[in-house]
Order: sequence, then C-alpha cells, then structure tokens
Amino acid sequence: MSLTTTRRRLPGSSGSRVGRPGAVWALPALLFFGAFALLPLVLVAYLSLTAWNGLGTPDFIGTQNWEELAGDPAMREAVGLSTALTTLSWLVQTPISLLLGVWAAGPQRNRAILSAIFFVPLLLSTAAIAILWRALLEPNFGPMSNVGWFPNLLGDSPSALLVIVFVTAWQFIPLHTLLYQGGARQIPVSLYQAAEIDGASRARAFWHITLPQLRNTITTSSVLMVVGTLTYFETVLVITGGKHHTTIVPYLMYESGFVATRLGYASAVACTLVVVATAVSLAMVRFTGFGSMRSTREGM
Amino acid sequence: MTTLRTGAAGSLALALTLTACSGGGDGQMHVYMYQDSLAVVQKDAVERFNEDADVEAVVDEVPGETYEDKVRTVMGSNNQPDVFFNWGGGNIRPYVEEDMLLSLDDMMENNPEFEESFIPSVLEEAQIDGVQYGVPMRGTQPVLLFYNEAVFEDVGAEPPETWEDLLGLVDTFNDEGITPFALGGADTWTMQMWLQYLVDRNGGPEVFQQIESGDPEGWRDPAMLQAAEGVEELVNRDAFGDNFSSVSFTEGAASTLLSEGDAAMHLMGSWEYSTHLDQAEEFAENDLGYAPFPEVSGGAGDPANVTGNPTNYFSVTADSEYTEEAQEFLKATAEEEYVRDMVENGEVPTTTDAEEYLDDSPNPDFARFQYELVQDAPHFQLSWDQSLDADVSEAMLNEIDKLFIGESTPDEFVDAMAEQQQ
Repeated sequence: MSLTTTRRRLPGSSGSRVGRPGAVWALPALLFFGAFALLPLVLVAYLSLTAWNGLGTPDFIGTQNWEELAGDPAMREAVGLSTALTTLSWLVQTPISLLLGVWAAGPQRNRAILSAIFFVPLLLSTAAIAILWRALLEPNFGPMSNVGWFPNLLGDSPSALLVIVFVTAWQFIPLHTLLYQGGARQIPVSLYQAAEIDGASRARAFWHITLPQLRNTITTSSVLMVVGTLTYFETVLVITGGKHHTTIVPYLMYESGFVATRLGYASAVACTLVVVATAVSLAMVRFTGFGSMRSTREGM
Repeated sequence: MTTLRTGAAGSLALALTLTACSGGGDGQMHVYMYQDSLAVVQKDAVERFNEDADVEAVVDEVPGETYEDKVRTVMGSNNQPDVFFNWGGGNIRPYVEEDMLLSLDDMMENNPEFEESFIPSVLEEAQIDGVQYGVPMRGTQPVLLFYNEAVFEDVGAEPPETWEDLLGLVDTFNDEGITPFALGGADTWTMQMWLQYLVDRNGGPEVFQQIESGDPEGWRDPAMLQAAEGVEELVNRDAFGDNFSSVSFTEGAASTLLSEGDAAMHLMGSWEYSTHLDQAEEFAENDLGYAPFPEVSGGAGDPANVTGNPTNYFSVTADSEYTEEAQEFLKATAEEEYVRDMVENGEVPTTTDAEEYLDDSPNPDFARFQYELVQDAPHFQLSWDQSLDADVSEAMLNEIDKLFIGESTPDEFVDAMAEQQQ
C-alpha cells in the first residue's frame, strides 16, 4: 500500500499507471455482478410493486404490497425472530470460535489433528446438516428418544428456535474458528515473550494482547455471522418448516412467494431484507472503525 | 436430498424466474411425478412407453412435501415438464387461466373408448369450465380410519362407529399407555383431514362449498366451530400423544407408530395401506384394520360422505414439444397392464372396469371396502388445501396448525379464517 502512495506522489511520473491493470480487466466481473446481482435486485424491486402468482404477467399495483407489509403481524413477528436468531447466534458463536481459534493457533501436534476433526461440519452442506439434526431429534425414532426422557425440542416454541441457533452454531463455528486461528497466528510472538518477561499471566496476555490484536478479525467474523444469520433459510425450511415460531424473515419471503404464490409480496419482503442486511453490515464496519483499516500493529 | 432440492429451488427461484433461464429441449419427454411408494406404477408405464416410442420419456420424481412449490416454480419458468401429476380442480386452475395446459377435449373425442373407461364423476374433477385438462392416473384416495388390530384385540376394543365411541377409545388407549391416534403434525395437511371430516359430519358438504365459492362467511358456519371444538377436545384429551407436532408423515414416522403398536389408530388417506405394504409388509397383511370415519350424532352430514382425493391426474403442458407423444402416453393410464399394476400395488383404480380386477389386489377385502365406500358416497370432498387458492390455503394450514398445538382457540380459528379469506 505504501509503495503505490509514494509512487503517486512523484511529480510528472506516469509510473503510477504502468503497474496498474487497465479498467477493462474488471469488465467480466462487473458484467457478472450486473447480470446476476444488480439486475435481479432491480427486477425484485419492481416486482414488489406488482401482484404476481409466478405465472403469466405481473400486474402493477403500486405500493399496495408495501402498505400491507408495514401492517402485517407476520412480518413483525418475523423481524423479531430474525433479530433474536441473529443476536443469539452471535452471542453463542463468537466466544466459542474465538477461544477455539486461539487455542488451535498453538503449535502442538495434537491441536492440528483435533482441529482437522473439528472442521468437519464445514465440509457438509447445509441441507445435509439440517436433515442430520432433524433425524437426531425426531421425538419417536431419533437416537435421542432412546436416551430416556428427552423433550420434544422441535415441536415447541421457543425450543425450536433454540435448535436452529444450535445447529447454525454447530455448522458455522468451524468457519469462524478458522478465521480466528488465522488471525491469532498473525500476532507476533515477541508480544507474548515481552508479556512473559513482565510476569503477565496467560489470562492477562489473552485479554491485553490477543483480544486487541484480533479486533479486525472480530469485525470480519461478526459481519459474516450477522449478515449470514439474517439471510439464513435452509435450516429453518428443513428442520421446522417455519412452524413453532421459527418463521424468520427469509422464511416468510419463501412462504409468501412459493407457498402462497404471492411473488410481489415476497419481493417486498426480499427488498426489506436487502436494505436491513446492508445497513447492518455497513453500520458494523463503520462503528468498529474497520473501514479505516487501522493496523493492529500500530506502534510496533 | 429431499430438502436439498427445495432449498435450492427456494433460494434460487426468484433469480431463475427473473433471468428466465431457458431449459428443456433435451430431447426427452419429462414426466413430473409425486414421489412415494405408489410411483412405481407410473415408472413401469414410462418403461413400456419407451419400448416403442420415438421420444424417450423420463420420470422426474419430486419429493412429496415440496411437490407443489416445485411444480409452481418450474411452470413459471421456461423449463416446464411435458406431463405432470396434479390434484385436478382448483389445483390446476391457475395454469388453465394462463393457457398453460393442453385441452384434452380432442383426445377424448377421438378416443371415446378411452374416455368411457373412467368413472365420469372422477373425470369431471379435472375439467375447468367444461374443458378436460387431466386424465385420472391413480387410484381413488378416500381418507379412512386405519387401526392396529393387534392393539385393539389386546385392549378388547372395537373400531369407533360414533364420535362418542371415538372419544371413549381415546381414554381407553391413554389408560393403557398407547397413543390413541398417530398424527404426523410436522405436515399440516394431516391435521386438516380431521377438520374436513368433522365439518362434513357436523354440517354437510355445503359448509365447505360455501367457502370454496369464495364466501368467507362459510368459516363462521356453526359446523366449522363445532369441528374446531372437536379438535380442541381431542387435543385436550391427549388423543395424539405429546409430540405429534414434530412427527413427520412424509418420512414415515406416523405410519411406523401405528405399525409398531405405539399408536392405536391413524386417520390417513387410503395410500396408508401401500405405505405399510412397502415398509411393514407383515403388519399390512395381518394387523392393519380400516373403518370409515365415525358418525357424529345430530350432525347434518351424511355419515357415508368421504373426503380425500377422488384421484390424481396427469396434465399436459400446452408449450410442450411433445404434445402428440404425451397424449399417446396418457392413454397408458387406461391400459390393462397399468390398471393391474395399480391394483397389485394396493390401489383402487377409477376405471369403470376396476371391480373385476379387485380380486388381484394384495388385499381384496380392503380394495372392495374402499371401492364400495367411494361408490356409495353421496359426496366426495376434495382435500381443502387442493381446492382453495394457494394464498388462502397457506393461511388456512397455518391456522390449523395453531389450533392443533393449542395456540389458538376454536373461536379464534374461525375468526382468523373468516378475516383471512376476505
């Protein structure tokens, strides 16, 4: 980074252009982004102003869907559930991934083996994971039903939502652990050596060195986690089918679009989701100062 | 696997329908089929068809719980199947309104012997505004009360003939530590069956016909409230056990409860028989009992009425490249081999000559029972979720779920539905 800035400062030099690829190289990516991200987004925004059952031509009905959405108790509940799911997921996943990641960053050989086993959920598809957990928790024939008394977790509220929180955590903690492991390995050993000489305990070293050094990783991981959970869908579809108060916003979108076949209304829900998820991730980046890219090694 | 496809369909469908990916035209005639233990009949028919056809027919099996979403999504894309399984009636109306289905009137006219091979009232269910859009391709599927004879014998009980009998049995079996009724509450349509029968027994077919015609006041009919109260009473008496809300029918859990003797009875469509034949053969042959839904004393409905699916249909899409071949394929549904296959698989066909084959059924008594039940029924009510518009039926299934799990009272159920349909 510093290299390019110095170059740009050289007066009368065209050197700044020599080393940079032309804008034309970005074209394929931009075209893809335009065709598969922007265009559908615009079309969905338009669809949210129509009544459409998925067949034939959409009828333009102005802001009717939006007005209905504003007063829809189902949407209110879905927003509340999405907020709860996101908050709980963050609260469960972040500390566990952080601790595991820091632990796995250590040098001993058994850690490498354990970490490798631990990352297995990362390799499974979401649907497979959801089917697996639903089968495990099946109240009559699942393995848990043989363990003696076991509650019907999937058939009640709010335990069904907690199951989703748990399964999401089981699935995504490995990914975030990987991030934290990478982050922790970047921390210079000299910091810990200095702390050791000063007589700091391991807990103090963790609190005063590891955590501050990982702050950018925490932001990255949290943004991924929050936006990922906000748009999470498959597990709910497979495990509860939106029953027992698990109709989070993405599931409401699916249900109104593909079960009730009201694609216009579903598009309004989708637009809301896009706006909220974008706003949340921007706010997180801004709030944590991640955007200014301050180095974690300031003063070293 | 099941849900993998749905997940993909769900999350990608918006993008797919919008970017209108072109598909199809791979030289094969695609037959969309509901995946269950009965589909083997259709797969055999496709094999026979392929022996001397110019085009290769392939069966695309779609898991049952997601069948309708999937069909709806592909029908809105350029990837339509050539032939697809459906429930007739309100289920295909949206496609007919968009001119997406091929009229089979000419086919019927040119092949009078084909048309005459089906029971006329069953054919009629696949007519929209007098035009034929579907051909019966499965057996008739009334909803019956199945029970485990061995469990009944142990307790010394008889199948219920009246609603009071049924309530008495609930207490009897609960005292014995046996769940009175298996119920696959993870699939809401299984709970819907209870309401369908209770409304019909209490108020007759007119109550739902009023709702079906678009009049939301039908939900406020006293019979609807009585039916909902019946459900509440069953739930309060623990008729379905304490974990029915997460028991899956489509994955076989509810039926297994019955065959294992953990539950005494199961209100289910006649396909329950083939399900057991497939998964618990010994039980299907020795201990599976069946009875009509009991009478409700003082109710306005004829106790001989049945609910369920008169049958299922094959329809042909209008834009298919193979409309000629597809119609040729449909003729298989009246062929002797096809009918025989259905009977051997435990179904009761809706062809007029079905009766002569019934002796070949794995359980001729059951086949005759079912055949006569349907023949003698003054009214055969198509499943509610299939006869209502998708948005109303989605809301209805949600409300039925709430009623069963005790999140709403019968009064709230009635009010919610009357308001929902407006």
